[in-house]
Amino acid sequence: MSDTQTQTAFAFTSENLTRAAAIIAKYPEDYHASAVLPLLHLAQKQNAGWLPQHVIDYVADFLKMPRIRVYEVATFYTMFNLKPVGKHHVQVCTSLPCWLRGSEAIVATCRESLGVDLGETTADGKFTLSEVECLCACVNAPIVQIGNDYFEDLDPDRLRGILAALKAGQSVKPGPQIGRKGGEPMEGLTTLTDEKAVLAPKWRKDDPRAGGA
Amino acid sequence: MLNDQDRIFNNIYGLRPTTLDGAKALGDWDSTKALVLKGRDWIIAECKAASLRGRGGAGFPTALKWTFMPKVPDGRPHFLVINADEGEPGTCKDREILRNEPHKLIEGALLTAVALGANASYCYVRGEFYREAEALQRAVDEAYDAKLIGKDACGSGYAFDFYVHRGAGAYICGEETALIESLEGKKGMPRLKPPFPANAGVFGCPTTVNNVETVSVVPAILKRGPAWFAGLGRPNNTGTKLFCISGHVNRPCTVEDSMSVPLKELIERHAGGVRGGWDNLLAIIPGGSSVPMIPKSVCETVLMDFDSLVQAKSGLGTGAVMVMDKSTDLVKAIARLSKFYMHESCGQCTPCREGTGWLYRMMKRMVTGDARVEEIDLLEEVSRQIEGHTICAHGDASAWPIQGLIRHFRPEMERRIAERRSRTLAA
Repeated sequence: MSDTQTQTAFAFTSENLTRAAAIIAKYPEDYHASAVLPLLHLAQKQNAGWLPQHVIDYVADFLKMPRIRVYEVATFYTMFNLKPVGKHHVQVCTSLPCWLRGSEAIVATCRESLGVDLGETTADGKFTLSEVECLCACVNAPIVQIGNDYFEDLDPDRLRGILAALKAGQSVKPGPQIGRKGGEPMEGLTTLTDEKAVLAPKWRKDDPRAGGA
Repeated sequence: MLNDQDRIFNNIYGLRPTTLDGAKALGDWDSTKALVLKGRDWIIAECKAASLRGRGGAGFPTALKWTFMPKVPDGRPHFLVINADEGEPGTCKDREILRNEPHKLIEGALLTAVALGANASYCYVRGEFYREAEALQRAVDEAYDAKLIGKDACGSGYAFDFYVHRGAGAYICGEETALIESLEGKKGMPRLKPPFPANAGVFGCPTTVNNVETVSVVPAILKRGPAWFAGLGRPNNTGTKLFCISGHVNRPCTVEDSMSVPLKELIERHAGGVRGGWDNLLAIIPGGSSVPMIPKSVCETVLMDFDSLVQAKSGLGTGAVMVMDKSTDLVKAIARLSKFYMHESCGQCTPCREGTGWLYRMMKRMVTGDARVEEIDLLEEVSRQIEGHTICAHGDASAWPIQGLIRHFRPEMERRIAERRSRTLAA
């Protein structure tokens, strides 16, 4: 993890200092290290989406952890970027359920639309393209995660539209791209159609509330 | 088939409001105080009578797991840790609970915490689920504001805190002791057991790790009764289950149905059937990527429950059904899974660290047929050398998909090898 970048001072903004204090308060007093993942997330967000070594050092010192322990963590978890990433980090899932639904064409579309290969960033620094393992939205495959959002039920055309909009600086709508809300089957629900049953789950006969609240 | 009356997750698609008011209208937080006041032993007994088994993959009896916690406190606090590190390829059920049914999870966490003698719970949400963690945090804030959790949860006098903790992209952190390590701010490497988490888990304190779905069904069991829950499915395989049906079906979806629903009925009723019709089916991975596949002949009759799928030499796992039709290159599909296990091995145990890479390299050759027939046996043998020789089940999980492939589709692997050989000879 050699840091070839020019080291510039990093410190949490005052807003992030407040957030960091709230995060640390979630864990027992002797276990500040528990906050290391959330604080690395926070630092990465503040630092344009990646963690140079001096930022990792800052988090280590902030938590009074040995720096080597935080290097171990930062290099173990795939969501911590140890190299600069583009403004939009496009992460294509190619795991089995997405592959069965055409992720190879999705990867090809990304390559062709962005003009970069997996693991690369566009020259203008706007997009980084990565391959990721299962994002676990498999009934909405194929999926691409861009930033914090999932774009689901894709095909090459829909994806091209999303990427073109992002290039043009327009906003895009995350979630399923085929007119469903989430994981329900298209063309009509097969469950939860009996309004009365859904709205009033029945209690047991030997109601434990008797004598209680 | 399950009636809507018997469904637990009545807003699993988020088609109704997911706010506290919306959740209350659907029966969440209804008389929770009375259930809390019933106390630890009662909650454990009820879930035991319901024969609830864990929904995270292993299917361990939940109430039994709870009884491993110390009965008499020794001064150390007890913790409930909720495993929302959903990562098993094919699985996307916990995601729906986190974003659409968060109040069932929080209410279940309170009741489970009572069963454990715990006053705090950490919910470890996989890092990629950023929006889902946001949705859960919103619900947690609502529950605190309404005094449903906090110093005096639901006015019961029981103190209960719920914390959301985000991971950062490591499948292995779904293993309970790796999750605990990660929650302590370390690399997600599974711990040697003993000590078991119930004796020394997170922060060195007694801990129980339960899956999101397991925790979320607890309120329904207590409200509707163990007899009701145990009346769904078959003995030892009770209740309802969230199934995620993905791959080559007409309408992929997540759906709650009865445990022990026939696999064929599940796919035809909810997912619009196999693409191109049932006869176009080749094989199914019925419980997430870690369980062996089953061929169409087995799919005809198998029931979606723990015992039926074990009998079919597979497993219910997480209930993630991945359907593969006749256009699928099965060898390539399993090779893709081998790549996944190689990528996600934490590297701690040699058989897994070295073995998963070896399996993937072998599988890549099997895809093109660039192998000798005897190497199929070697592949099987090496997979058996990995299985059972590692600290956690990641090694087993890397071996089983390959064993399933060889068990049911060895002729296809041999055909490829022969075909390539004849091509090479012709050239």
